[in-house]
Amino acid sequence: MLRLRNLTCGYGRSAVVHGIDLEVGPDEVVSVMGHNGAGKTTLLRAVVGLIGAMDGTVSFDGADVTGRATNKRVKAGMAYVPQGQQCFAHLTTAENLRLVADGRKRGKALVDEQLDLFPALRGLLGRQAGLLSGGQRQQLAIARALITEPRLLILDEPTEGIQPTVVAEIESTIVGLAKRGGLSVLLVEQHLGFALQAAQRYYVLKSGRIASEGETGADADTRVREAMAI
Amino acid sequence: MDLIVGQLFTGLSTGSILLLAALGLSLTFGQMGVINMAHGEFIMAGCYTAYVVQQAVGDAGVSLLIALPLGFAVGGAMGLVLETLLIRHLYHRPLDTLLVTFGVGLILQQVARDVFGAPAVNVTVPEFLRGGVDLLGTTVPKTRLFIMALAVVAVAAVTLVLRLTPAGRRIRAVVGNRDLAETAGISSRTVDAGTFFIGSGLAGVAGVALTLIGSTSPTTGQSYLVDAFLVVVAGGLGRIKGAVVAAVALGTLQAVFETYSTASLAKVGVFIVIVVFLQLRPQGLFTLRTRSLA
Repeated sequence: MLRLRNLTCGYGRSAVVHGIDLEVGPDEVVSVMGHNGAGKTTLLRAVVGLIGAMDGTVSFDGADVTGRATNKRVKAGMAYVPQGQQCFAHLTTAENLRLVADGRKRGKALVDEQLDLFPALRGLLGRQAGLLSGGQRQQLAIARALITEPRLLILDEPTEGIQPTVVAEIESTIVGLAKRGGLSVLLVEQHLGFALQAAQRYYVLKSGRIASEGETGADADTRVREAMAI
Repeated sequence: MDLIVGQLFTGLSTGSILLLAALGLSLTFGQMGVINMAHGEFIMAGCYTAYVVQQAVGDAGVSLLIALPLGFAVGGAMGLVLETLLIRHLYHRPLDTLLVTFGVGLILQQVARDVFGAPAVNVTVPEFLRGGVDLLGTTVPKTRLFIMALAVVAVAAVTLVLRLTPAGRRIRAVVGNRDLAETAGISSRTVDAGTFFIGSGLAGVAGVALTLIGSTSPTTGQSYLVDAFLVVVAGGLGRIKGAVVAAVALGTLQAVFETYSTASLAKVGVFIVIVVFLQLRPQGLFTLRTRSLA
């Protein structure tokens, strides 16, 4: 589904991520872990095309999408939920959802499906999204991504900075979505327990390079902690 | 009482002219952050559109009805070309954008001079807009009332498009967070071009309206440019209602100052008030309330 080959990317002339090889298969959940500054967010931004690749390729569904604009990658089936519960702050919750649903055949049904998945949003449809709590904004961000009917959902620290009760809700939703089938997930997460529980495979990034990778199993926690020097 | 009503109408009238000139700018500058110094020349293009149409059609009333949408199309097309050829490549370089668009403005003025000549030309006011209407003891010129009505229609149309249409939602999304809009599947380039088309088209409409109250020369638009920027900045960047309130407030202020001094001194007075206001409230009249502006 997603294949990165020798991907190097960064900002300006400074490479942050160096020569990454990474794969996400159909219906697979893959976690990427690492300390702050390891290059996780930079890697995801390059995958969705918000920053360009300095070297290497990004392939999606067998097609090289390295030079493609972000909106075209989204149309091809990628969805990205960026770090920091980002939403269109000056639009209402309903407008945030309709914005993505506009022009889609099943637009209204897709919005309803997401409101079923995140019922807390139903009572907040008329509220300006910038006034929602962090947890509500994160639910809105995931709902907005899912309306694009993605085949690959890319999540950047979905539980960061959110109160514990909502974290559990978001975690169970992501695990549920992955189990439903038809959706692959690339998950960047600092919360190791959740990252290893949700994923079938993992990568650990250190200083922009892969320090460890493998399947999540009995001793994965130890391997990850060793790689991250925790 | 008559004096107050008269000044109120003068203020509203001046404000609606300012608003028409600033409305397009509130999209291109207020929403997109592009300092387009050629905006005045798009207004000028609207003026000359009205002139050319009237020369071709003859009937002043019919030509005005044709010139309004055509002025929008001409201004919009010029904006679209400018955005596509130049501004698109300078989005993260505001000072370069300012210089380039200033240069484009000078070129457009010279083109107008070459085509229409340096002396001002006049557009005949249609019969139904001649004379005045008695309102609350004061006589208000029909042309001024028409411009007020046009300003109301233009503001309502822009507001409805931005609030209720998918295109409006896309514009607001790209303005709010360009990267996030791209991740929502929105082509920010297409939206930028569309927004610039609408903003520049509104300048063209303003130009057509201005021919009803004055003559047209290659520098006509330039004289409205600074006022238009002041309206957008004082109203709060990206806030249409801010532009409306600021335009009416500045228009009224100008009218009041002019009563007790000259037009030039009134202008100085308005500038002083704006400088003091922006010192106290740099973000302008209206701002966005959020927990996070992410």
